[in-house]
Amino acid sequence: MRVNFTVNGRPQEADDVWEGESLLYVLRERLGLPGSKNACEQGECGSCTVRLDGVPVCSCLVAAGQVEGREVVTVEGLAEFAKQRSCGTGACGTSLQDAQEWQAKGTDSQTGEGEELSPIQQAFIDAGAVQCGFCTPGLLVAADEMLENNPNPSDADIREALSGNLCRCTGYEKIMDAVRLAAARQGEAV
Amino acid sequence: MPTNGAPTKITQGSQTKGGIGESTLRPDGTLKVTGEFAYSSDMWHEDMLWGQILRSTVAHAEIVSIDTGEALATPGVYAVMTYDDLPTDVKNYGLEIQDTPVLAHGKVRHHGEPVAIVAADHPETARRAAAKIKVEYRELPVITDEASATAPDAILVHENRDDHHIGHVPHANIVHRQPIVRGDVARAAGKADVVVKGEYYFGMQDQAFLGPESGLAVPEEDGGVHLYIATQWLHSDLRQIAPVLGLPEDKVRMTLAGVGGAFGGREDLSMQIHACLLALRTGKPVKIVYNRFESFFGHVHRHPARLYYEHGATKDGKLTHVKCRIVLDGGAYASASPAVVGNASSLGIGPYVVDDVEIEAIALYTNNPPCGAMRGFGAVQACFAYEAQMDKVAQRLGMDPVKFRQLNAMEQGTIMPTGQPVDSPAPVAELLRRITAMPLPPERQWESSEGADVRQLPGGLSNTTHGEGVVRGIGYAVGIKNVGFSEGFDDYSTARVRMEVVGGEPVATVHTAMAEVGQGGVTVHAQIARTELGVTQVTIHPANTEVGSAGSTSASRQTYVTGGAVKNSCELVREKVLELGRRKFGTYHPAWATAELLLEGGKVVTDGGEVLADLVDVLGDEAVEIEAEWRHRPTEPFDLRTGQGHGHVQYSFAAHRAVVEVDTELGLVKVIELACAQDVGKALNPLSVIGQIQGGTTQGLGVAVMEEIIVDPKTAKVRNPSFTDYLIPTILDTPTIPVDVLELADDHAPYGLRGIGEAPTLSSTPAVLAAIRNATGLELNRTPVRPEHLTGTA
Repeated sequence: MRVNFTVNGRPQEADDVWEGESLLYVLRERLGLPGSKNACEQGECGSCTVRLDGVPVCSCLVAAGQVEGREVVTVEGLAEFAKQRSCGTGACGTSLQDAQEWQAKGTDSQTGEGEELSPIQQAFIDAGAVQCGFCTPGLLVAADEMLENNPNPSDADIREALSGNLCRCTGYEKIMDAVRLAAARQGEAV
Repeated sequence: MPTNGAPTKITQGSQTKGGIGESTLRPDGTLKVTGEFAYSSDMWHEDMLWGQILRSTVAHAEIVSIDTGEALATPGVYAVMTYDDLPTDVKNYGLEIQDTPVLAHGKVRHHGEPVAIVAADHPETARRAAAKIKVEYRELPVITDEASATAPDAILVHENRDDHHIGHVPHANIVHRQPIVRGDVARAAGKADVVVKGEYYFGMQDQAFLGPESGLAVPEEDGGVHLYIATQWLHSDLRQIAPVLGLPEDKVRMTLAGVGGAFGGREDLSMQIHACLLALRTGKPVKIVYNRFESFFGHVHRHPARLYYEHGATKDGKLTHVKCRIVLDGGAYASASPAVVGNASSLGIGPYVVDDVEIEAIALYTNNPPCGAMRGFGAVQACFAYEAQMDKVAQRLGMDPVKFRQLNAMEQGTIMPTGQPVDSPAPVAELLRRITAMPLPPERQWESSEGADVRQLPGGLSNTTHGEGVVRGIGYAVGIKNVGFSEGFDDYSTARVRMEVVGGEPVATVHTAMAEVGQGGVTVHAQIARTELGVTQVTIHPANTEVGSAGSTSASRQTYVTGGAVKNSCELVREKVLELGRRKFGTYHPAWATAELLLEGGKVVTDGGEVLADLVDVLGDEAVEIEAEWRHRPTEPFDLRTGQGHGHVQYSFAAHRAVVEVDTELGLVKVIELACAQDVGKALNPLSVIGQIQGGTTQGLGVAVMEEIIVDPKTAKVRNPSFTDYLIPTILDTPTIPVDVLELADDHAPYGLRGIGEAPTLSSTPAVLAAIRNATGLELNRTPVRPEHLTGTA
């Protein structure tokens, strides 16, 4: 079958999709977006979390056909998604100054340095919340959604919101630090 | 090539930004938060096929027949292979003993053993085709424990053993046995005022790394293959893969793909050979990705263990003797069992001074799932038991458990049961002091003006209590872990370091085969290069087999050994750069010949701070490159009869204090806080050090209260191979983990550092158990503790 949907703001068309394929499989193997991870493929670990019409879901539990005509945001689109959000509903083009800075900065193809990140992405790096990184994309999507709805979360709120995302490396302490840091920076920016 | 293991200078003394001791950020951090970092399961190739493994549905059986006809006839299927299709006479592999069949031959020895492999154009096609392979089994009785393994008429899990352990084990279903005898236990026991005996059980833990076993094998024009793989040790894989394929090692090229965690579970091969076989058979790239169900069958687990201990002490609190017997279940194949036995026995009494000891550790061959390396490696099981014993002895003596431990704590100079003196700081008493000095979390934190916050109570959002029936307990534990490969293993690493001018700036490139599995080795290598070469720009070359072996990312060893190799190669490069400088500029300034010279801030400077030249000018168009091996101090094997021998390189110590709250009516446990104090020698990257300690602590928490692979004792089949049924701690299960880091240099190690990754996994579990005992008054001789063990309904 053919599935048409929007991923990270761009219309996408996936052909020859077998009916049993998950959204996760289509993203990873057909659309070249492997950022959403395949740690359990049974809805237990949260590493494949994406936004489906704004709602965080395990993309491994969504049949590809279910996303027909809908909007998906993955970790690959998180920076742009956060930027659009912070710009509000008004137009938010690239200023000349931004364009020049971007040009001057460039992006390091080996490390990705210089790439524009969302506040939660930057906070994960700064707080040391990334080790192997396999849980990171799902946690970022989930944490970003929580901060969208709850800009000043308590520790208990953070734990509750992220309880569907397993991490095996960090013991979660640095992840807590990262979310607190992103919330604090977000608060300062307002 | 210089290969000495002598201690190197602490540093060249330069203060380059981003050098060692700073919490520099991961070089792969940006790629990991944008989703661009390429893990092994993300590999993709034009025209690639998908591989699938068919695994045994029974634990122990003869294979009567295999019919692949229907599978082969399935549209989209390119190849089906069984044992008969293996290309050479080498059909087994293994870390130490080559006892593991690439594909089952005539017999399966555990549930989930690979029997056949399929390649197809879609993963679902491959799965369905594998399901069409008909395997007829004739089931055999299962060997599941020590009694069934060592019965006089027991079926041998492996007939015709010819490995080097068979000569000294009392039964062919015992992989390896290591006794350690020191002093005179019978005489010492006579001095004991109290004697405490205990029997303990440690459940089977899974590494549960999140990135599934996966990789991509690409056939190459010269008849070889290129494997992109997540592993802990590229060269160990290579050594095992190439002979099975019938290829020389230089025709099997290996590149490390992104690794989604490891924790010991990637020391053994999983899908490596299968992917290569299918790629060479079909002439097409083949990708294999396990799902979580298969992952539980696709790697070894932590050995479950039965542990029998006897401790004696005088009434003033001095240990008189310890006797222990540790029975590890190695499952169907040897994997790392012999080395796990070595650790469990040599570290079996913990970080205490005891002159009279009798220790015996064995690993069994059974039909249970194969067990091997997992973080803590034999020392974890022992620590759970000896720390429970220490609490019991203290209780019998009416002493404070921390004071009792401090009274018996080892220190630098203490002689291990193996006769090896501990020749670097061993701050056991100090770590216990620090852990005790940390402030306790407030009581009844769940209370608020709006009633109980159930999220902070046992049972959490299940809303099972608002505080009624909840009691608090506190427990302490400390442990000892060896660092590096022990018992005479030639444990070395290789680093290639290159320095040249790129874009008008001096740049260092570090190339090793070290498996970055998340621990942050790549971060530390760049820091070492900055410190030693005085440059800002460091490029970390992707890890592959084009450079010499780095050894395994195991045994808390990589910062020590590959870090040591990078340091050593940097020092050699530095000497060559200075030679170049002397040749070019030596005549202009006498300091080139007379002063101690450093590389700092991109310049050659004297130790007095005078700038002699820019590195850009010294290097010009030349590149300076060195590849050299580096090894730590040699160790020696343990005597097979007495266990005596200087078997270990370095020891690592951590202590924990656990605070728990237990709903005694329902048997639900909430760990409130799990504080850790650890000596790290020198924190090369403090942020990463704390991350390791917190992560290791949490894995110890997991096996204290939830993690266990359940194997049916009647069938030896695994009953919970999923994240639905095998639970690892979520962010709700994990408490705050305050960490106190002590830095007492080990003068034998690079920068004085101490391997740190495993020690926190040891003491975390017994601390939580001690806290639960403290809260409930129950004996609790097994881990993990489940509700039924607390409510008396087990």
